[in-house]
Amino acid sequence: MRHILSLLVENEAGALSRISGLFSARAFNIESLTVAPTEDASVSRMTIVTNGSDEIIEQIMKQVNKLVDVIKVMDLSESDHIERELMLIKVTAKGEAREELKRMVDIFRGRIIDVTDNTYTVEMTGDGNKLNAFIKALDPKLILEVVRTGVSGIARGDRAIRT
Amino acid sequence: MIQKRDTLRGAEIFVRSLRDEGVEYVFGYPGGAVLHIYDELFKQSEVKHILVRHEQGAGHAADGYTRATGKPGVVLVTSGPGVTNCVTPIATAYMDSTPLVVFSGQVPTRLIGNDAFQEVDAVGITRPCVKHNFLVKDVRDLAVTIKKAFHVAMSGRPGPVLVDIPKDVTADSCEYTYPDSVDIRSYRPVVKGHPGQIKKAAKLILSAKRPMIYTGGGVILGNASAELREFTRMLGYPITQTLMGLGAFPATDPQFIGMLGMHGTYEANMGMHYCDVLIAIGARFDDRVTGDLKQFCPQAQIIHVDVDPSSISKNVRVDIPIVGDVKHVLVDLCAALRAHGGKPDAEALKTWWAQIKEWQAVDCLRYNRNSEVIKPQFVIEKLYELTQGRAYVTSDVGQHQMWAAQFYKFDEPRHWINSGGLGTMGFGLPAAMGVQLGFPRETVACITGEASLVMCIQELSTCLQYGLPIKIINLNNRYMGMVRQWQEFFYDKRYSHSYMDALPDFVKLAESFGHTGMRVEKTKDVETALRDALKMKDKLVLLDFITDQTENVYPMMASGKGQHEMHLSPDRELA
Repeated sequence: MRHILSLLVENEAGALSRISGLFSARAFNIESLTVAPTEDASVSRMTIVTNGSDEIIEQIMKQVNKLVDVIKVMDLSESDHIERELMLIKVTAKGEAREELKRMVDIFRGRIIDVTDNTYTVEMTGDGNKLNAFIKALDPKLILEVVRTGVSGIARGDRAIRT
Repeated sequence: MIQKRDTLRGAEIFVRSLRDEGVEYVFGYPGGAVLHIYDELFKQSEVKHILVRHEQGAGHAADGYTRATGKPGVVLVTSGPGVTNCVTPIATAYMDSTPLVVFSGQVPTRLIGNDAFQEVDAVGITRPCVKHNFLVKDVRDLAVTIKKAFHVAMSGRPGPVLVDIPKDVTADSCEYTYPDSVDIRSYRPVVKGHPGQIKKAAKLILSAKRPMIYTGGGVILGNASAELREFTRMLGYPITQTLMGLGAFPATDPQFIGMLGMHGTYEANMGMHYCDVLIAIGARFDDRVTGDLKQFCPQAQIIHVDVDPSSISKNVRVDIPIVGDVKHVLVDLCAALRAHGGKPDAEALKTWWAQIKEWQAVDCLRYNRNSEVIKPQFVIEKLYELTQGRAYVTSDVGQHQMWAAQFYKFDEPRHWINSGGLGTMGFGLPAAMGVQLGFPRETVACITGEASLVMCIQELSTCLQYGLPIKIINLNNRYMGMVRQWQEFFYDKRYSHSYMDALPDFVKLAESFGHTGMRVEKTKDVETALRDALKMKDKLVLLDFITDQTENVYPMMASGKGQHEMHLSPDRELA
């Protein structure tokens, strides 16, 4: 089962490698990992998408929690949550295809953020499925570059992880 | 006397911090990156430095010291090879959850990442085998980081912590204060067990018909031996202990039915297999204990007490987990049993003990005591008798380690010191140095084999320098015994590279290091030799016992088998 873990960690050198090292040492999967500081500069927020049986997820949560740099861990997928990913995608856009591409970007509620005579660069957010769907909708020959951030997530409603 | 708020150089801060932390011994080896620190060590006498002959020796010696005394083991090594040589002891400590605090020198901060002379990413290399580590980049963080290191190493589930200190940090100055305590918001180990869980556990414990108490190293690390004794005696239930747990409950107590696991007793493993309630305390269901997980304790409901939540339900799913410090949980559990008011089912317990007695009658540790060639078990039995079971015993890894665990009956905690988790050959001698420094007047025996002993043999020199009268019991069978045993059983007797060809003359070797050596070749001479050696209170004696080359460790549960599928020696297989 796919799980989205949200972590608050000390914003210290080495914290990221402690966490990624733990995953590789214990043979846990990482589908994606994002990290950035929060409103409190001493704290980083990390979102890890992983998968495994209930037992494995339980172990992952416990092992991650055990790391001295980790302040809190929450499994977002246990309840209602929002996940978003940002994608930047550069596509060949020439002649008649330019109009078609523009329409497609609108349908997916993306934005064209850079334009040349031959290319469009598109910014799009959404969950992973939506981004995949957009990529699938394009002619693969037109795709020049895909940059995805990996998932960031937050719980719906009042639930929040705080230090 | 220097007042508290003085401005000091980093190296002085380092030494003062150790002093203020109450550190008695530092085990170390100097080098370029730690020269400022060594200069400060030279100027004082409160923190005593023990100069080893190889950094591996420093780590294991500090580990032996902490395991025996319960105080943290402190190591000081230089950058580069100094710290890489210490990785094995750090990993050893990590696997057995012992609190080492290792300080490594580092190249100056401006050179970090430049492939400077003797530079290595110490924090990166040790990351997977420490509880936590730090790189100190500013002298103002030094004292507080040292405090944090001791706090993290000693609290919760203990473990090794490394502090990497660049040379310029030891030269820079700042005001010195050593904090009395530190609070780390991301690190707050649980102490008290959940009262609801404890109540539930008490109820289940009293409902047992075929109970079994299974305890591990956590009871020793948690200094909960007295509480475990009260708990176990209150119930009258059988108890088995892991390799790491020996001594927490007295081995000579009739309720103790021996160690469990791969080379545990028949009765302990059978008891595990057929019990209906298993009370696991400070043990982690290691594969050498459980055997095949699918066949593990098939009829049991399991209670598991552990300070580390990640130990719970890691290998074996448990019914009642209790996260907390074992000492606190055992006190609360005893109180809950009293409050419950119930008594164990005496009738069921009688039947259960009768069954256990039947298993004990198999006499699974029997060996030929009349052999003219020395049986290794015999040496350990004699050592046990002559030291009245009171010696501190360290061991290396292999057959001799198992025999020591089986035949030396430990009645007290912190007396049996071995590398159980990582299985580090070369651990025994340096660990014994640490123990002897902690207890200068006690008998410290290092039970070892000729293969393990030579792995850290250079430490004989350290033993001479500091006058450590360790008794080395070398069970010399001219083989890496445990490797040979597995090759005999599972590789059709192809003894690939397990033969120790070209061994040194251990008597001369001991003498060349300034110690006493004795060779013993006949069973009839074993006792006299041990007596003579033990009489030499101020000398290190290396006793080289030429033992039976073909002796194997029994009973044995082959890996991947269930606990009830044990082998006795080949002439007496069980039905």
